[in-house]
Amino acid sequence: MNRMFAIVEREMRKFFRSPTLMIMSLMMPILQLVIIGNAFGGKIVGTHVAVVDHDQGPQAIKVREAFDAVAANIKTFTTMNYDNEVQAREDVRTGKIDAAVIIPAQYSRRVYAQDAPELGIVVDNSDLFTSSALEAEMQSLVDALNAPQIQDRLTKAIALEIVELYPYVNYLKYLLPMTVALAMYISVMIGGGMLYIDDKARGVHEGYLVTPITKLELVFGLNIAGAMKATLSGICIGVIGSLIAGLGVVFHPMIMMQMLSLIVAGSIAFNGMMFLLMVRVDDPLVPRAMFGVLNVLLLYPSGAMYPIASFPKWMQAIGVIDPFTYVIHGFKAVLLKDGGWVAIWSDILFLTVFGIATLLVATPLFKRTL
Amino acid sequence: MSAATNAPPALNGNCGGKPVAIEVQHIVKRYGDFEAVKDVNFCVAEGEIFGLLGPNGAGKSTLIRMMTTLIPVTAGRALVAGHDVSEDPDDVRRMIGVIPQALTSDQDLTLEENLLIYAKLYGVPREQRKKNIDAVLEAVDLTKWRDAQTKTLSGGMRRRLEIARGLVHNPRIFFLDEPTTGLDPVSRIAVWEMLDKLKTSRNLTMLLTTHYMEEADKLCDRIAIVDHGNLVALGTPVELKNSVAGANVVEVHFDREDDEWQGRLEKIEDVTSVVPEGSGFYRVITKSGSKTTMQIVELAASLGETLTSLSVQNTTLDDVFIHYTGRQLRDEQVKPVFMMPPRPGAQP
Repeated sequence: MNRMFAIVEREMRKFFRSPTLMIMSLMMPILQLVIIGNAFGGKIVGTHVAVVDHDQGPQAIKVREAFDAVAANIKTFTTMNYDNEVQAREDVRTGKIDAAVIIPAQYSRRVYAQDAPELGIVVDNSDLFTSSALEAEMQSLVDALNAPQIQDRLTKAIALEIVELYPYVNYLKYLLPMTVALAMYISVMIGGGMLYIDDKARGVHEGYLVTPITKLELVFGLNIAGAMKATLSGICIGVIGSLIAGLGVVFHPMIMMQMLSLIVAGSIAFNGMMFLLMVRVDDPLVPRAMFGVLNVLLLYPSGAMYPIASFPKWMQAIGVIDPFTYVIHGFKAVLLKDGGWVAIWSDILFLTVFGIATLLVATPLFKRTL
Repeated sequence: MSAATNAPPALNGNCGGKPVAIEVQHIVKRYGDFEAVKDVNFCVAEGEIFGLLGPNGAGKSTLIRMMTTLIPVTAGRALVAGHDVSEDPDDVRRMIGVIPQALTSDQDLTLEENLLIYAKLYGVPREQRKKNIDAVLEAVDLTKWRDAQTKTLSGGMRRRLEIARGLVHNPRIFFLDEPTTGLDPVSRIAVWEMLDKLKTSRNLTMLLTTHYMEEADKLCDRIAIVDHGNLVALGTPVELKNSVAGANVVEVHFDREDDEWQGRLEKIEDVTSVVPEGSGFYRVITKSGSKTTMQIVELAASLGETLTSLSVQNTTLDDVFIHYTGRQLRDEQVKPVFMMPPRPGAQP
């Protein structure tokens, strides 16, 4: 046991003696949280929409007033008057403006005559997000123009009442579980992957192998140290990320316990997986070549950013055996839903079993000789 | 002259009745079809410094790695401190200290921390650890650097730390794989002196590999010359030198290169071999240095040729190596040893 703890001690001392490495492995996921959280969560504002009014009638003025209201309030777009429809289309195509609304001639007459009046919108659909936002905004404006001025006392339409179980979850909060999981993964990737292979290549392991340390002591020493480093990363990012995202629940004692359990189980699972992947690798370039792709391969199918239900079957299958899936599900259940132990026990169980299973497979593959 | 007929008697592994620390019997190491070590036998007596001398790729490191349990033995047997390396590897590991070729101490840790980790790995009892660390730091003259981070040390000091690391559990037998490779001449001599002192003060048996002739000559009680996986000669440096026919080497440089010089030199009385080294340089091995020198001077004078330089020296291990392997050690291309580049910001 002393020998095993000597390995743990060595790894931890090295970890704390590399402040740059430590800070970078913590800072990068936080930066990712801030940047992706704001990138995904922000509303589209300040786009430019051309209005080509061939009608100039009272109903056209009503449309333009509605546009002015949008520009003054939610600021999704501001309007610019164009006389030439062809020029407006060309400017959308070249990116000078984001869309063009065409109010055709005889629009007002058709509205009064209830003769299928139409408004046209030309959008740059190579930019999915902006075009979707503008289309949605225009559709709601058109719906408002279609709505009768005076409502029936008893409405005939079926209404859908939406009940949100939890307070509003912005993207920063939504992405926090992914960020914490990613910090743990990066810690394991650097400590359990790159540094492990670098140590092997530098001959550090050769130094261990000539001592009377047993194979199990060595394997468990390396893995306990790796899991401890990932746990520390998870705790740090959990706390810092919660403060940034405004999730005070993380300081509730029970939530802390649940988070800690998930972080420890997740660290064991990530570390076991990494050790299994690296156990027979000798070339220091292999982990560097692998990790960029592995990151994507594991993170996206986990449902961290997009729901698993939207993936093809083969991606859903990866998600089933992907430890990220369970870590993120658990974190979401605890941080965003206060789901309690009942919501996370299966995640903790899977992660623990996964970690132990990967270690059991990796241990016989670990060579006690060079 | 074949190696077998010239080899001193110890080639069969006889330790001359002295207590044996290491015994290697018909040891073989194969990698697929390639035989890296071929039926090697030798023994090392207790308290002896034993050198394995040979070029890179000769099989020295493979031999030392088998003896230190790092790689399995394909055939044959190696006993270290009475324990079979294949059957009782843990017992062997408890008795030995090993200094690998690369510098592997943790650069971010202090000297004391490095030694402490290894004291724990070797199972040194808690109450003994500090005492052992003090003693080995003193032995390698690094006491005042105890709390310094390893990355702040010079190459020579780091090598001394590695040596201290291998001694922290008071081993009986010490294996050193090319302990001075990469060191400057001053540091190299310091390491030699330190090893010599350690041998006496700790009654250590040492087995070291080297491709430096001078190192083997100065440090080792006995030397085994290894080439292409074979042990081609074994004996004390003096025995090995004496086993080479011709006691002296005359190095001569003629002003003018001529294809006939070699033939003329070989015809001189007492000359046993002539090695042309190019550009008019010749290395003449002779039974009588003074007599041959005179004859070379007379020969040059009779032919009206000018001698640029002429020197006589005793047989060196270089000559022994040439004699047994048919080539010079420096002819071998030195393979680069893989070293991880230091992390940015780390001191070299």
